[in-house]
Amino acid sequence: MISPIGWIIIWIGILFNLLGTIGLVRFPDIYNRLQTSTKCVTLGSFGLMIGIFLLFGFNQTGIKALICGAFLLLTNPVGAHAILKGSLHYGIKLWKGSVVDKYGEDKLGGEQIEIEERAKEGEEKAKDG
Amino acid sequence: MIPMIIVLTFSAFLCLYRIQQGPTIPDRAVGVDIMGIIFVNITALTAVFYNLPYLMDLSIIIALFSFIGTLGLAKYLEKRSLDD
Repeated sequence: MISPIGWIIIWIGILFNLLGTIGLVRFPDIYNRLQTSTKCVTLGSFGLMIGIFLLFGFNQTGIKALICGAFLLLTNPVGAHAILKGSLHYGIKLWKGSVVDKYGEDKLGGEQIEIEERAKEGEEKAKDG
Repeated sequence: MIPMIIVLTFSAFLCLYRIQQGPTIPDRAVGVDIMGIIFVNITALTAVFYNLPYLMDLSIIIALFSFIGTLGLAKYLEKRSLDD
């Protein structure tokens, strides 16, 4: 009786993984990519491990799957946060559509947002004219 | 079994596209991180389908090494030394 529920949860996890990696390809910026891929892949992996636990019960494989899911749930956001802080200190600018950057204002001396190219061209034309 | 492994492998190839194409170094770091997690999932599903419990140990170990590698890459990006 528990078996179809386990397979359905495993499929939900796999589809979350697929959507997260599609977001990794399609989003415009390192920070947006980090956000979508890490959230979706963490939830997808945890769902897959929970599905395996429901399939096997309190067994050798099931308990190990539960431990692996808990480990992924703890460590994956920590790694994403470390990469985000590292890329801010490395000097990668935010996407040009971003609104606010409080961390850059506090620690790095000014917002780290890309300037839109059209605005730059307009300023140059205004200077020439 | 086959559709699950195909979908996860397609996800790993999308990560590989980002590693090859990414304009900056942190993009490649994100791709490596996510591809490690996808490999953990593929190993766990293989352990289920072939009924081999020791592959679940292997998936825990792959998750651990992927996490350590991600932290090392992040420290390198932050321009700190590894024993800081």
